[in-house]
Amino acid sequence: MRFISPRRLEELGILGMNRRNIGYIGQYNARRNYRLVDDKLQTKRAALEREIPVPELLGVIERQHQIRGMTQQLELLDQGFVIKPAQGSGGKGILVIIRREGDRFIKSSGVEIDAAEIRRHTSNILAGLHSLGGRNDRAMLEALIDFDPCLADYSYEGVPDIRVIAFRGVPVMAMMRCATHVSDGKANLHQGAVGVGLDIATGRSIRAVQFGLLVHNHPDTGANFEELRIPHWDRILDLASSCVDMTGLGYLGADIVLDRQQGPMLLELNARPGLAIQVANQAGLRHRLAIAKQIADETDDHHRKIELARLRFAVG
Amino acid sequence: MSNSRLPLILIAGSLILLGLGLTLYKVAKLDFPLLPGESREVWTIESKVSFEPASGPVDVRLKLPAGLAGWTVIEEHFASSGFGFTVREQDDTRYAQWTRSGLDRETTLYYKLQTYRASDRALPAAPAVAQEKPMLEEDQQVAMERLVALLREQSSDDLSFARLLIQEVTRETPNPDTAFLLGTYDEDLHRVMLDVLAWADLPAREVRGIVLEDGRRRQTLSELLEIYDGDRWVVFDPASGASGLPDNFFVWQRGEGTVLDVIGGRNSRLEFALVSNSLPARAVVGMEQRSGEYALLNFSIYSLPVEQQGVFKGLLLIPVAALVVVIMRVLVGIRTSGTFMPILIALAFLQTTLLIGLLIFLALVCAGLWIRGWLSHMNLLLVSRIAAVVIVVILLMAALAIVSYRLGIDQVLSVTFFPTVILAWTIERMSILWEEEGVHEVLVQGGGSLLVAVLAYLAMANSLVAHLTFNFPELMLSLLGVILLLGRYKGYRLSELYRFRDMGKDL
Repeated sequence: MRFISPRRLEELGILGMNRRNIGYIGQYNARRNYRLVDDKLQTKRAALEREIPVPELLGVIERQHQIRGMTQQLELLDQGFVIKPAQGSGGKGILVIIRREGDRFIKSSGVEIDAAEIRRHTSNILAGLHSLGGRNDRAMLEALIDFDPCLADYSYEGVPDIRVIAFRGVPVMAMMRCATHVSDGKANLHQGAVGVGLDIATGRSIRAVQFGLLVHNHPDTGANFEELRIPHWDRILDLASSCVDMTGLGYLGADIVLDRQQGPMLLELNARPGLAIQVANQAGLRHRLAIAKQIADETDDHHRKIELARLRFAVG
Repeated sequence: MSNSRLPLILIAGSLILLGLGLTLYKVAKLDFPLLPGESREVWTIESKVSFEPASGPVDVRLKLPAGLAGWTVIEEHFASSGFGFTVREQDDTRYAQWTRSGLDRETTLYYKLQTYRASDRALPAAPAVAQEKPMLEEDQQVAMERLVALLREQSSDDLSFARLLIQEVTRETPNPDTAFLLGTYDEDLHRVMLDVLAWADLPAREVRGIVLEDGRRRQTLSELLEIYDGDRWVVFDPASGASGLPDNFFVWQRGEGTVLDVIGGRNSRLEFALVSNSLPARAVVGMEQRSGEYALLNFSIYSLPVEQQGVFKGLLLIPVAALVVVIMRVLVGIRTSGTFMPILIALAFLQTTLLIGLLIFLALVCAGLWIRGWLSHMNLLLVSRIAAVVIVVILLMAALAIVSYRLGIDQVLSVTFFPTVILAWTIERMSILWEEEGVHEVLVQGGGSLLVAVLAYLAMANSLVAHLTFNFPELMLSLLGVILLLGRYKGYRLSELYRFRDMGKDL
């Protein structure tokens, strides 16, 4: 077992869990603002008010007895859909159905399930199995995102999403998370998804990391990460930064997906964004957060903040 | 940020100093020992006399222990609200007497004493007292004659006679005469033994007292036999036949006579609650000298009723376990399933001992996970599923207890100390974790929880820790201070030094 010395981590400016909790989440994210991000329905409503595109909401299931009727609703759908808990955490409890074949539903992994399975999943969601603190929850029925084909090669069995950490309206660090076969279609880095560090200035990939090791090509699709350049980069930064204003949370992670028609779409917000983004970027957050603080102290203008961030955080 | 940090450091610092200061004061001025060891085991015995009222005036007499066989009574305390109370001496015996003209509800009277065994002396010498022969029916007489003759034939002297008698009476299949006597007597075995000894003209009597067990409540008086072998009295345990006074036997009364007399009451009971504490030898001496007015005891856990003392003994250990959890999570970065679940598991380990506790826990969780797999096919609502898992866990516990008891492994009976609902939730969470994140995550979190539980157990089971927390509860203030400080620790966790080990190498 090898360890890195704490002094070296300090030099690299790596943000640790304790400092993140006390120094950023505890200090900049007021508890009362959590509801808005912890409840995805509220996030969606707030985003729509600000004309931020979000995946289309097809329905909400609030009570167990509505589950029976839900099946009929599903049968009328001729598109893929997603069922997720409104207050889920860490991507738990998300069921992605890409299409229906007769009375079988096809999951993104290719596994077929039947309506009873979907009902049970929904029932678990309502009982709070996947939710923060295990409290009763609502299930959201969302349209499947028709994701931009230009990124299709970078993800296996899953939607590649872009995580941007924004601090007081300044985009600080970004990565794309690409599901792999090993990660079972999930975008969790520790489960084997590839994290691609993105240049804040340009949206180009800096490096791609899987299981803490540098990779050049996607292990399943073979797509080369070095050629990756995220389209609509301006819009993505703009969107992530405005979420700080929308939620009142000073430190947050915005998960953004690219839709074929509508461009960048806000998938969800996270009041406690993880630290893995540092591994994907091979850079620490602390120095950047210090610079972001300077920028935020210097100007209140939304666009000016982004402009300065792109200048200061440019790589290479 | 620094301005919000300063008051916290001040508060935490003063808490730590206050705790340490009080501890030092108790050590330096009041002679509390900092380390366990040079101490006396002091037993606090709380006697409860409870009875229902009958008609007429109430007169309750409790015979008080004389402090025989090296047992020294340090402090006595009587509680008797609404009763006239006196302590009287009569024929070298002390009685506590509670009186009242009438009573209309069930009442409990208390007598608390603190005692320790100053020396390992035997019971004092006393002249032989002949017993009167019991009055027996004719058929009983015949059986008695035959039993005494048989025992006489097999024994070489009075003591071996007594030993054989105890063996005979406690045997699973006694000979027909003994069986007949036991069948016709409607009394305890030791009464039968006394009558046989009287029939054989052996001077014998009973010794009544308390078997001392730490934390016991509702203990009742037990009896030993005492037999005169010609020049001294020898004590026998009527259950095992062992001779000599057991170390954990507090002698209350020697010889005949009742311990408790209640006039004007029905269904009277005498029960004892017991707690043992390690007190410094010097403090014990001080208590003896200033019995009843020992200042420090008024503001310590010792001033509480005995039952509560026992509860606090356990409660005071929990902050230590909490500290272990905080350290493991904040400094080391171990992931556990449920924040304080490890503490509950560790508390269960305290009752079961570590190895057996671990085995039981693993067995229950594995079996539970397996059965939970079946339940997941049944498409149940979450609440009913957890409830089902709770029931399954209890069934498993019962099965485990019964099977192991049949196999003669008594320790496994302590399985009941595991918190059922917590176990059920653990199983449910692990099972979901398994489905969603894979076995690896189950092992990481389950292993993490167990590791923290074991460490918390080791901390709580440590005799120094138990001694310090109970004798110096003010150390809890220091613990609180430390935990507050850890709550503001912003440095890296040990796990992060591993997680980010390849950072900055530019791969």
